Amino acid sequence: MAFLKLPGVRVPHRKNTADMPAIRMPAPAEVCIPMSMHIGAPAKPVVKPGDTVKVGQLIAEAGGFVSSPIHSSVSGTVKKIEDVLTSSGGYVPAIFIASDGKSEIADGITPPVITDSDSFAAAVRNSGIVGLGGAGFPTSVKLAVKDLSKIEHVVVNGAECEPYITSDTRTMIDRTSDIVEGVALLEKWLGAKSIIFGVESNKKKAIDVLRAAFSGDDRVTVKSLPPIYPQGGEKVLIYNTVGRIVPEGKLPLDVGVVILNVTTLASIAAYVRTGMPLVEKCITVDGSAVKEPKNVIAPIGTSLKDVFEFAGGFRCEPKKVLYGGPMMGISVPDLEQPVLKMTNAIIAMDSAESEVPEEKPCIRCGSCINHCPLHLDPPAIGKAYKLGDTEALEKLKVNLCMECGVCSYSCPARRHIVQRNKLAKAELRRFQTERAERKKKEEENKNG
Amino acid sequence: MADERFVVSPSPHLLGARSTRAIMLDVIIALLPAAAASAFIFGIRTVAVIAMCVGVSVMTEYLFTLICRKPVSVDDLSACVTGLLLALNLPSGIPLWQAAVGSVFAIAVVKCLFGGIGQNFANPAITARIMMIIAFTGSMSTFGQAIGVDTAASATPLQIIASGASDALPSIGDMLLGLRSGSLGETCAVALIAGGIYLVCRKVISWATPVAFIGTVFVFSLVIKGDPVSAIYQVLGGGLLIGAIFMATDYSTTPTGTAGKLIFGIGCGLITCLIRFWGSYPEGVSFSILLMNILTPYIDKWTRRKPVGGAKA
Repeated sequence: MAFLKLPGVRVPHRKNTADMPAIRMPAPAEVCIPMSMHIGAPAKPVVKPGDTVKVGQLIAEAGGFVSSPIHSSVSGTVKKIEDVLTSSGGYVPAIFIASDGKSEIADGITPPVITDSDSFAAAVRNSGIVGLGGAGFPTSVKLAVKDLSKIEHVVVNGAECEPYITSDTRTMIDRTSDIVEGVALLEKWLGAKSIIFGVESNKKKAIDVLRAAFSGDDRVTVKSLPPIYPQGGEKVLIYNTVGRIVPEGKLPLDVGVVILNVTTLASIAAYVRTGMPLVEKCITVDGSAVKEPKNVIAPIGTSLKDVFEFAGGFRCEPKKVLYGGPMMGISVPDLEQPVLKMTNAIIAMDSAESEVPEEKPCIRCGSCINHCPLHLDPPAIGKAYKLGDTEALEKLKVNLCMECGVCSYSCPARRHIVQRNKLAKAELRRFQTERAERKKKEEENKNG
Repeated sequence: MADERFVVSPSPHLLGARSTRAIMLDVIIALLPAAAASAFIFGIRTVAVIAMCVGVSVMTEYLFTLICRKPVSVDDLSACVTGLLLALNLPSGIPLWQAAVGSVFAIAVVKCLFGGIGQNFANPAITARIMMIIAFTGSMSTFGQAIGVDTAASATPLQIIASGASDALPSIGDMLLGLRSGSLGETCAVALIAGGIYLVCRKVISWATPVAFIGTVFVFSLVIKGDPVSAIYQVLGGGLLIGAIFMATDYSTTPTGTAGKLIFGIGCGLITCLIRFWGSYPEGVSFSILLMNILTPYIDKWTRRKPVGGAKA
């Protein structure tokens, strides 16, 4: 299968902040920490209004197996616990903490005791670390591998293919020792025999630093990959590093791969060394409306307003503000939104860039089809969706769409292709759930 | 609060630079050398034919969208491209009213009635040309005399070959420069190839269709005629180059993937040769493209790529 080439597009890099080490901002007056900063069940608050908390103190416990605990990012007093509107459109409880500005460290922050792979996974769980590349999947779930011999390769994602974002680049350059320690942990507790870093070739410095750091470890490879978006997409990166395709409905582990974001790996090492859970995040602050692009280390829960202000404010009035990069980032309704665990960038765009262009008729140029990394057929998907032909959607495998947006990006008619794919995916999911329920009922009727 | 005016929209928030209009503009730029060459070769009347076809095409589309209360679409320049292509496929002596009728047919019947840009299954310029060959047979088969060509009056190279008088053929050098009889834009091979290279470099068209189409005609002619010079005349004579580079690469009416484009090109080449060697028309490029247009949805279906990692349904 190695002859297969997964296509993509060359997006502008705009890595203005690649040479800027992150600056730590002081604790803001208030933080708002939502209970859902990961994929899975929301965390359950264990504090109540009026409680005093310190940095690193547990304020919410994991709400299930696929979930993650949450820790206070400031020292101060819990003001209220209230539902907030998330950028995905739902409501979740959030803990509001008024900071006393002292950032006192909580008692009992000590390095975890790790004796085997189970206690390693437990430590990662207690650290509150989730997939920091943007997806926010609880990392401990990935590392809770029953049969360690199944892991043939650990792929470390340092591709960072979105425009603007350089927070992973800075992790690779500024936190190389954390990464080295993280790799040692993977080798020791997961028995990893092959660790492959996938980094886009436009981050030459990061590649050089990593290659120098691992020159003595022949289990580690640092792979320089062409800067073609979406190089950092999970399936794309696994294919481009180890040449394996993750089949539909399967996990990377089913093809012998565990894949971690590079900042996730560094954060695990930092937790194991210090015992301080994930309470702050390095984020790239950039975009056409930003005066001075920067990398900022902000306490989780800091409002975007505070971060933008610390970074130097706006050049002009922003018209669109994003969590993450412009290709897959989520636009937010206001600047009160907090920095989340998986936030790796905040982008503010000026009015010219914020315009949503008018959708024109499809000219059948085939650009979306020919650029789709997963070889989907977006026009056929769009047509099936319009006709309500869910069975056709199932055959066209719209469920595989990773929503990278390459189709919309490359469309000369500015059609909302990936947007329609998202709707089609939801429609297919609804159809499949209903069908499964109907089948179950029929079975019951037969048996009853 | 200023914040309330934020634009909230789904990703992506960044789009590639090239619009439909820019693509059509590239096609027009690529056709300019051929248009200029035809004005030089066939004289000033060329300009009148081009102006008539482009003007009537654009007006027809504008009026159609106005009457049907659809969004005005002429600003995408696709009607311009259709008009220009049709003009370059007509002989220089065509009565202007006939050129106008062809343009109305191309835009109103073949394009707009099927839903406008991207929806038509047949190439408008090609279909209009075929309609005109049937309706205006006389004026469509009387070709103007090229500049500096004294011999062979106004027979095209393919007509000369069909009549068997092959010593009356222009030299290969003249064929490359377009100093021969034929439709306005089809004769100057150098200009057409330059336009094709421009479009491939700009990634507006794929190399696959023209290479497959022209290659098939060359190989087939070589096998049938048994000599490379005749095969070269088959490639340079008639409308093969303009057809393969500009008409068989039309987005709406041809397959989207590389495999499909190769099948389409080979199919066009085979049909062209069948008509040229055994049909009663000396030229078969237009018919071959129209016939393959009809197969396009099936070619697309047969050559659809398997989703990466997709399980069997």
